[in-house]
Amino acid sequence: MDLSFIFFISSGLFLGWSLGANDAANIFGTAVGSRMLRFSTAALVCSVFVVLGAVIDGAGAARTLGSLGGINQIAGAFATALAAALSVFMLVRIGLTASTTQAIVGAIVGWNFFTGALTDTDTLLTILATWVLCPLLAGLFAVLLSRAVEFGLQRFQPHLLTQDSWTRLALIVTGAFGAYTLGANNIANVMGVFIAVSPFQDLDMSGVRVSSTQQLFLLGSLAIAVGVYTYSKRVMLTVGCKLLQVSPVSAWIVVVAHSLVLFLFASQTLERQLIDWGLPSIPLVPVSSTQAIVGAVIGIGLLKGGHSVNWRLVGRIGCGWVATPAVAALICTLCLFVLQNLLHLSVARPQRYLISTAVMERLQEQGFDAAALQPLSAIEYPSARTLITSAQRHLVLDNAAQQALLHASYLGDFFLNAHKIGNLDRQWFSQAQWQALNALAGHRFEYRWQLAQALAALTPAWRHRPDRAANKYFNQDLHQKLSHLYRIFES
Amino acid sequence: MNFKLPSLFSRTSKVERNIDDFFDRVVVAGLLFRQAMQLYIDQGICAEFEDKMARVEALESESDQLRRAIETELYVHTLIPDLRADVMSLLEDVDVLINLFEAGLFKFHIERPQFPAATLPELNRLLHTVCECVELLVTAARAFFRDIQAVRDHNCKVQLLETEADKLSTALLRRIFNSDLDIAHKVHLRYFVERIDELANTAEDISDRLSIYAIKRRI
Repeated sequence: MDLSFIFFISSGLFLGWSLGANDAANIFGTAVGSRMLRFSTAALVCSVFVVLGAVIDGAGAARTLGSLGGINQIAGAFATALAAALSVFMLVRIGLTASTTQAIVGAIVGWNFFTGALTDTDTLLTILATWVLCPLLAGLFAVLLSRAVEFGLQRFQPHLLTQDSWTRLALIVTGAFGAYTLGANNIANVMGVFIAVSPFQDLDMSGVRVSSTQQLFLLGSLAIAVGVYTYSKRVMLTVGCKLLQVSPVSAWIVVVAHSLVLFLFASQTLERQLIDWGLPSIPLVPVSSTQAIVGAVIGIGLLKGGHSVNWRLVGRIGCGWVATPAVAALICTLCLFVLQNLLHLSVARPQRYLISTAVMERLQEQGFDAAALQPLSAIEYPSARTLITSAQRHLVLDNAAQQALLHASYLGDFFLNAHKIGNLDRQWFSQAQWQALNALAGHRFEYRWQLAQALAALTPAWRHRPDRAANKYFNQDLHQKLSHLYRIFES
Repeated sequence: MNFKLPSLFSRTSKVERNIDDFFDRVVVAGLLFRQAMQLYIDQGICAEFEDKMARVEALESESDQLRRAIETELYVHTLIPDLRADVMSLLEDVDVLINLFEAGLFKFHIERPQFPAATLPELNRLLHTVCECVELLVTAARAFFRDIQAVRDHNCKVQLLETEADKLSTALLRRIFNSDLDIAHKVHLRYFVERIDELANTAEDISDRLSIYAIKRRI
C-alpha cells in the first residue's frame, strides 16, 4: 500500500474517531447516563455493531454523498476529512454539540468552492431538507412511541422490576440496532470521500468476497470504535444527564426514534419497497444522529408540556448546527489553500469542459438552443464555474440545465481498463450489464455520455427507461452505477 | 427439561416476590393489631392478646430481614437505578408502620390503660378507621409497583380516612378530658389515643411522598 495513502487517510480516521467519540455517544448516552447500562457494556455493543453496519450496509449512503462533490484527488479528500474532523473537534471542545454529517457536507461544499466545481444544488437541498426533516421526524416518532408504550404499560401493568429488566434488555437491543444504522449511515461521512482513491483490492477469502469499499469501511469503523472507547464516556454522561432528565423508558423511546430515522435514510431495501408500491421514496442521504437524538428528546419533552426541556442548551445546539458546516467549509478552504500553494499538492484533478460538435448535437437532442450554444463551442473551459458563467450570458439555465450542460461537455479520458473492471463490485451489476462492461474492455472515451451510450448500445440493461413510477428505482440505480463508473474509469 | 430464565429475570422475580412478601407481612401485622386491640377493649390483657403481640413481633423481625434483602439486591445489581432511592424510602417508611403496630401493642401490654366504658365505642371506631387507613396505604404502595394510575385513587382514600381519624381522636380526647377522671389518668389515656392516631398520620405522610414517587415514575 502506498505510504502517502496511509498519511492522507489519517484525516478520515481522525474523523471516524470524532464520530465515535460524539455521535456514538448519542445511542447509549441516555442508557449510560441513567446508569441502566455500564459504560463497558455499551462501548462493546456499540463498537461491534458499528463495524457490522459499516461493512455490511454502508454502501447505500456512500453513493449519494459521492454525487455532491466528485473529490477525485487524495489530497483533496485529506483536506475535506481533516476539515470536517477539526470542525467537529473544535466545536465540541468549546462546548457546542457538533454533527459530523453537517461538517462533512460543509467541507465538500468548501472543496467545490475552492476547486471551481459546481455544487449540485438539488442534492445539497435534499441534504439540507433532511436536516430539518430528521429532527422533526425523530420528534414525531418519539411522541407516537411514547403514547404506544404508555398504552402498553397501562394495559399489561408489568411489575416495576420486570419493566426495569425489559427496559435494560431493550436498551441493549435497540442500542445495537442504533449502532448498526449509525455505521451504515455515517461510514459514508468518514470514508465516502476516499472510495474513488482507495488502493484496496477485492479479497476472496474461501468463498467470502470482501470488496475494496468494505475494507475501507472496516478501517473507518475501527476508528469509530476507538473513538467510542477512548472519548465517548464523558459525552455519554453529558447527553444522558444534561440535555433532559429522562426515565429509562423514555431513554429507550428516544433511542428507538433516533434509530428508526437513521434507518429510514439509510435503507436501500426500504427505498426499493416504497418505489415498488408507487410511494414517494426517502432519499438515501447521511443524516445526523445528533439531530435525530435532539429531535426525539424535544418530542418527549413537548409531550410532557415542554417545561423540563433545557431550551437554553437546545438553542446552543441549534447554533452548533448552523456553525458546523460554515466552519468546516472555511477550514477546508484554508487546508486546500495550504496543500495546493505551500505544499504544491494537487487537490483536484484539472477539469476541462469543451463543447465539441458531438457535444453540440447531443445538447440539441436534449432541447438546448443550438444558436445560443454556438458562441461557447470550441473553447476549452478550465472549470465548471467558468463554463456556466459564460453560458449564462447567452442562455437562461436552471439547475437541471446546468447539470446537463456540465455532464455533456466534461472532457476526460475514460479508459475501460480490464483490471479495473475486475475490481468492480460484481454483485452490484446484472449479468447483462456485466457482460456489456467486459465487452467494452480496452475502449477509450472522451465524454462520459459516450461511455453511457456505448453501454446502452450493447444491452437494454444499460438504457434509461421512460420516466414512470415503476421505472424510478431502475433509473435511479442506473444513474448511480454510471456515476460510479465515471469516477472509477477516469484516468 | 426445565426452562431457566436468564439470571437478570430470575433475580427480578426474586426481588418482586420479596417486595410482595414484605407488604403481606405489613397487612397481616395490621390485622393482628386490630384483633389484639379488639381483645384488649373486650377482655383486657389475655393469653390471646399476648399470642397476637408475639406474632406481630415476629412479623416485624421478618419484614426487617426482607427489607434488607431487597435493599441489597437493588444496590448490588443496580436494579431500577432511577427509582431505587424512592423504592428504598417507601419500604423504610412502610416498615415504620409495622414498628408502630408492635410498639403500640407493647405499650398497651405494659401500661394497660383503662378507658372508661363511655369512650369505648369511639375508641373502636378510631381503631377501625386507622387500620383501614393503613391497609389502603399498603394497597397504594403495592400499586406503585404495578398500576401507577391507581396510586392516586388509593392515596385520596388514605387522606380521607386520616382526616376522619383526626376528627375521631379529637372527639375522643374531648370526651376523656370532659370526664371526671383525674388528670394523670386523662394524660395517660391521651398518650394512647395519640399513639393510635399516629398510625393514620404516618400513613398520610407516606402517601404524600408516594404521590411524588408516582409522578417521577411516569415515562
